[in-house]
This record gives sequence, C-alpha cells and structure tokens, in this order.
Amino acid sequence: MSTPLEHDYTGLSETSSVERSSDKIPSSSSSSSSSTHPNEDKTTRTSLNLKGIELRLGLPGSQSPERKVSLFCKDLESNERSNGFAVSLKNLMSGAKRGFSDAIDGPNGKWVFPMNGKSDVELAKGAILASPRAVLEGKNKLPSGREVGGLPQSPKPVQDKNILVRSANEHSNAPASKAQVVGWPPIRSFRKNTMASNSAKNSEDAAGCLYVKVSMDGAPYLRKVDLKTYKTYKEISSALEKMFTCFTLGIQSLACTYIYFNTRYGTAAPMDLLYGESRLMDLLHGSEYVLTYEDKDGDWMLVGDVPLDSKSNEEMQEPELMQKHVEDDKQIKS
Amino acid sequence: MPKRLASSLSYEVLEHVFSFIQSDKDRNVVSAVLCKSWYEIERWCRRKIFVGNCYAVSPKMVIRRFPQVRSIELKGKPHFADFNLVPDGWGGYVLPWITEMAGAYPWLDEIRLKRMVVTDESLELIAKSFKDFKVLVLASCEGFSTDGLAAIAASCKNLRELDLRESEVDDTSVHWLSHFPETYTSMVSLNISCLGSGEVSFSALERLVSRCPNLRSLKLNRAVPLDKTANILRLAPRLVEFSACTYSAELRSDVFSNLAGAFSNCKELRSLSGFWDVVPDYLPAIYSVCSRLTSLNLSYATILSPDLIKLVSHCPSLQRLLVLDYIEDSGLEALASNCKDLQELRVFPSDPFDAEPNASLTEQGLVAVSLGCPKLQSVLYFCRRMSNAALVTIAQSHPNLNRFRLCIIEPNTADYLTGEPLDVGFGAIVEHCKDLIRLSLSGLLTDCVFEYIGKYAKKLEMLSVAFAGDSDLGLHHVLSGCESLRKLEIRDCPFGDKALLTNAAKLETMQSLWMSSCSVSFEACKLLSQKMPRLNVEVIDERGPPDSRPENCTVDKLYIYRSVAGPRFDMPPFVWTKDE
Repeated sequence: MSTPLEHDYTGLSETSSVERSSDKIPSSSSSSSSSTHPNEDKTTRTSLNLKGIELRLGLPGSQSPERKVSLFCKDLESNERSNGFAVSLKNLMSGAKRGFSDAIDGPNGKWVFPMNGKSDVELAKGAILASPRAVLEGKNKLPSGREVGGLPQSPKPVQDKNILVRSANEHSNAPASKAQVVGWPPIRSFRKNTMASNSAKNSEDAAGCLYVKVSMDGAPYLRKVDLKTYKTYKEISSALEKMFTCFTLGIQSLACTYIYFNTRYGTAAPMDLLYGESRLMDLLHGSEYVLTYEDKDGDWMLVGDVPLDSKSNEEMQEPELMQKHVEDDKQIKS
Repeated sequence: MPKRLASSLSYEVLEHVFSFIQSDKDRNVVSAVLCKSWYEIERWCRRKIFVGNCYAVSPKMVIRRFPQVRSIELKGKPHFADFNLVPDGWGGYVLPWITEMAGAYPWLDEIRLKRMVVTDESLELIAKSFKDFKVLVLASCEGFSTDGLAAIAASCKNLRELDLRESEVDDTSVHWLSHFPETYTSMVSLNISCLGSGEVSFSALERLVSRCPNLRSLKLNRAVPLDKTANILRLAPRLVEFSACTYSAELRSDVFSNLAGAFSNCKELRSLSGFWDVVPDYLPAIYSVCSRLTSLNLSYATILSPDLIKLVSHCPSLQRLLVLDYIEDSGLEALASNCKDLQELRVFPSDPFDAEPNASLTEQGLVAVSLGCPKLQSVLYFCRRMSNAALVTIAQSHPNLNRFRLCIIEPNTADYLTGEPLDVGFGAIVEHCKDLIRLSLSGLLTDCVFEYIGKYAKKLEMLSVAFAGDSDLGLHHVLSGCESLRKLEIRDCPFGDKALLTNAAKLETMQSLWMSSCSVSFEACKLLSQKMPRLNVEVIDERGPPDSRPENCTVDKLYIYRSVAGPRFDMPPFVWTKDE
C-alpha cells in the first residue's frame, strides 16, 4: 500500500502517528508561514482561535506500538489577552502530555492534568493546531534527544506537520537541556499546580464542561467529547472507541489502513479505495447522510456532540450535509 | 540580681511574671539564666514550644525539659523543599513526636506543623489522645488523606482551628466534613483551600458554617461555585477572613447581585483571598468591603492590569497585597498612590517558564511602590530585569525594610542599564536597611555582594543565594560577618570546602545550612562531621554512595544543622553521613 503523500482531510500529513505524536506541535500563530499551501488562510484563521483542545487518535495498524491519546491545545498569542486568559494553556499542555498507557496506569487511574509544573520551556512554547500545514516557528525548540513518554523521539522536525511532543517524566528531577532548572524560579509546587490548573479552567466551556475535539485519521468529520463526563482514562477510551467504531469497521473491512476523504484541499483521494466504500455504507446505521458543520478551525464536526444551548456552539457556522460515503471529490467540498 | 532578692520572690509570683514573657527568645533567656530556681520555674510554666528543626532535638528531650507544654510548633524539611530540591522520603515525620506527646502531654491543645510528613495514623492519634484539642495547623505538609481529617472532625469537639494551608491531601472520597457531629459548634478558623474538588460536600459545609457562630476565618477550596459562595457568606456575616471561590465564566446579574449583597453584609471582613478563575465582571461585587480590606491575595487570579487598578483604587486601607505580574508597572504605580498603608507586597510571575515577559512588569513598579508607600517593610518580587540604580533608590527610600526577596527570573542577569553585576544595588540594601532579617539574592552577583552582606547585614537571619559568587571567599564573607545568621540556603554557587571548614564553628551557632549544586567534596563533609559532633552533616545524593565516586567529585546536596539529638534514625538510603 502506498503511503499517500498528501494530507488527509484534517490537513495533517499522513505519516505514522508515532512520528506525529512524538514531534513538536509548532505554533500556528504566524500568518507569515512560509507554506505555499492553499490552506494558508486556514492557518491565519486558526491562529485567532483561543480555545480548543484536540485529541488525535492513531489508526489501528499504524506504526505506533499502542494507541496513543495525547492532549494538546492551542497556543495563545501573548498579545491576545483581552480576557485574561493569556496565562495560557501552555502550562496545561506541558503537564498534560503523556502516553496513553502512562495516563491510564496513573496512580488512581484518574484523569488528572499532571501539573507538577516541571514544564519544559520548549514544550510550553509549542502549540498545536488543528489546521493543516502549520509550520514550525522559530521560537519553538525541539528538546534535544530526550526520551519522551515511552516513545522514541523523531529526530528532526518535519515541515508542514503538526507534531506533538510529550513531556518527559514529570517527576524527574533531572535538569532539562535548556532550561528547566529544577526548582528555579523558586515557586512553590502548590502555586505552580494551581496556576497550571487555572489555565486549564480558563479554556473550559461556560457550562463547566470541557469539550475536546477528537479527530481520527481518515474519518470524514471530527467529534467532540465532554471530558468532564468521564472519570478515568478507561472510560474515555471506550467512549471514543464507540464513537469511531463505524470508521474503524469500515477501514478494517476495506482491509486497508487509510481512507482519504480529504478532497476539500484539492488532493486526490486514492480512487481505488473509494470503490470499497459501499461496504462502509452497509456498516453505518441509518441513513446515508449525517449533518456536519465546519467550525472555526476549518474542521468538519458532527452535529449533536455539543448541546445546542452550549457556548461552544457559537462556532457552528454553516451546517453541511455530508454524505457518509464519498463518491467523488466534489461532494464534500464546502 | 542579688541572691537575696531572687529567693525572696515566691514561686507563684515568678510564674506570674514569666507568663507575660511570650516571645520564645525571651523565655529562653529567662531559663538560660540567672539561677536555678528561675530555670526550674520557667520550665514548669512554659506552655508554648517552638522547634524550628524537628531533628535538632528529640521529643523525649523536649518533654523532659518542659513537662507541661500545651502548644507546640514544629518545622521539618528545609525551605528549599518547597521548590522540589529535597527528594521525597527525606524525612520530617511527625509521628514520633505525636506518639511521645500523646503520653506526656494529655492537655496539649495546639499543634502547628510546617513542611512535615503527617500520616493518617498521626491524625488519628491526635484525635484520640488530646481531649481538649483546639488548634491544628498543617502548613505545606503531606502524607495524609481525608480519612485522617475525618478522625479529627469526629473526635475533637473543642476544635477551634483547622488550617491545611498549601498541604497536599489525598482524596479518599470520604465526606470528612460530615464527621463533625451536629453538636459541634466551636469552629473559629477553617482553611481548606488546598483541597481538590472532590473533597468537600457543600451541604455539610453549609451546615457546619451555620452552626458555628464564632467562625471568623473561612478559606474554602476552589470548587465551591458562586451561588454557594453567596449562601455561605450569608451564613457567616461576621467573617474577618474569607477565601473567595470559583467564579463562573459568564456574568449573570442575579448571581452578581446575590453575591454583592452577601458581601455587603460582611462588615468585619478584612482579608480576601482565593479568586481563582475570577472573571473581572464580578469584581465589583466586593467593592462594598474593599474600603476596609487590609489584606488581599490575588496571586492566583488572572485579572489584568486595568481591572486590578480599579480594584486597588477601592482599597485605601490595604496593608498586604499578593498579586501576579499582571498588575504591571502601571498597576503598581496606582497601588503606590492609593495604598499608603501598604506594608507587604508580593508579586508573583504568571508565566515563569517563558523567557519572554508576558506582562509589562519591570523594576519600575517596585521602585514606584517603594517611593510611594512609606510603611513598606516586606517585599517578594519576581521580575525579569533590575538595575543597581533601582535597588539603591529602594534602599535609600526604605531603611525600614525587614524582608527583601528579589527573584530575577533568568539566572545571572546583569544590571540592564550598565551590564554590571548587581553587587552595588544589593550592597545598598544591606547597608541602608539595618533591620533586614531576611534577604534573597538573584541576578549577576560576584563575591563583592557577599562582602557587603558580611559587613553590613548584622541582623540578617535568613539568606537565600542562587547562581551567585565567584569563589569560596563569597561564602566566607557571609559566614564570618553575619552575626545573626540562622538559616543559609545556597544553590548553584561555586562555594567549596575551604569556606565551609574555615567557618565550621559558625555552623553551630546557626540553625541550618543548605548547599546544593555547589563545590563541596564528600571528604570535606566527613571532616566537618568529625570535627563538629553537634552538627548533623547530611549529604543527600541519589546517585549512589558519594565515596564511590572520584575524590574530587562534589556532593549533590548538603544539609547541615545543629542538633542535640545526635544523628537521626529515619534516614533514607540516599542520605549519607560520615558513618556510612
């Protein structure tokens, strides 16, 4: 099977999720990204997005040794401080990145944002983005050769990719490469933890929910889950599995790893795979169509995950009927 | 005092006289003293004991010397444990103390602990052993869970104060607050701000508050939502200290007016803290109490400068302000013009790990406050740049400063105007502020600053040093010059064996010395330990036995403290002393 060179519908490069999950996610905030990709406008648009946390699932059969769930969130421009949230999700991010198994085997098995505050300076600066073609910014540094959460690190940054780095063992006292010197600046752990969870709270929905976007490689749209409704990683994992089962089954039944529905960006989907999608249709229940909308990040989201009265629905723009199966490129174009 | 006169005063009279001498230092003088009878009397009537280092003395010794103690304060781990420099398991266990005191002091009613490891077993023992237990303060402690708290709640019917400030509590999902019986009404001060969201039941809390008419200080955790906050305030209108809870994300006028009404009822409120997740739109709800506020802790609030300025302009009586660097120089200037009674200022960094400043806070803010607030005595300030000129200005305008802690976030930062080290600036601080008892240094500093400190800082009791100095001479200046020095903590400085060994005798006059990532060899530690039997010299090194490494390899961390109790029995494997 040939690995497609183009991006999938989310705009992410189709390299293995290992690489994807172990590299750094650069800030997308610069609209002067050197990408010549037609989606540059999306980059700009996305950089203005202040909230949003995204989960990305690796596909089964991908190179990563286990399913990895990682959290990362959007970078906040330091000059976008109108509502005091500039403290930034950076701290959240740096504390929150762990391998799935690490997280699930945590001391209480609970979902905790580990806020030891030993955030890596580099990690703190890195930011993520759902937009395609985010480019590594100058100020984001890759930690050099540090072992990360059980995953071998990708040796060099790949341009045009959203990449994610996990923090090293949060409990380690070893001084970091650049500069996380242990215990400096001298701020009490209590304060560090509190400030870090301040950032977490600031990114939440008004109703006290924590909606997180979940994308799965190859799926035609994303989903949103309210993390607050889950208490353990196991619960989240099974809920996500249920959500994406239809795609998984479809993929498995097609006996190939990737399905490309990314036709918005003008990339050609491997036509040979598309002929198998009628089987996919069989597996999906109900009608041929689902209602989707394009959110401010440019992602297609399934309508219904976020309650109608919730604040996050502000972002719903034009709902779009999306066919569950794709017959040709043009049908799911916005 | 002539012998005749001393013996003619009866026991009861002397005891009465001594009861007016409250300070530990003075009591120690009294008992150290003049004649045996004074020593005896004092020891029998001593009610309060403060032990600054729990390993300096053993519980048995304390009990033998002072048989009728009612109140004890103990401190465990060294200060740098706050910044994760002391590995877990180092020590500081309170159980041996509680066990001894349970038998010896049945009337013990106050226990105050700081940086100690407290287990549920210890809490249960306290609950069981002390019938009239009144005050439990656990500051920056760890090792216990809500089970232990439940035991205290259930048994201590006269408990007045339960303060868990900044402790780490394990949540076992026990509704411990419900363990206070319905007949319990004595609470005066409750601080549970460190607890996570799962650990407090609102209804139990409301019932508790409503039946404790003497409640004056209430610090809740951040999980209490806004409408509950208003309810609780209405149940306790005589509060003096209150920690405000989570603010919801959007302004609702009904919630707002309820909250504003609740606050305006609290005529005695003087101190507010908490403010996690506060949305600026809700701040005006507290304006009615602002004019009376003397203490405001906004150091967890992500409120920006314009809103902070509005807030402080309503607080002319403020004496103590803790805030994040969001206040910016402009906010500090407003503070300086509005709050003339300000005595203590602490400014924390909102984003300490970012090399780029995310708020416009510089040394100018501190200078403004310094010039504008004549009563300023205590400063803790995090910033990213400093100049000698600013420090000199501060020093000259504030000779009454007694605590000055400056943290320039990037180590080795020079004077941003001249590129020079900040020796002269800190030198001015110690020269002009003759009553300085606590000092923390930062920035680019040579041995010169230590020369100034040794020369001028005669009342200095605690000094914190990081990334400073050039040679052993720096340490030598401090150890030989600072007469009142009790605690010295140093990290990442090129101080080594010579200064330490030359000043060995000085170490016995101090409470403790901490040195990490310096240049002290294990040989020197062993030598010191042999020379000075009344010092415990602990080498903390998780890399393995220090003498298994080459001779000139320096120790990782060194903690030296005077002790009459000898070596301790609870040392973990990574602590090495001369006997290993």
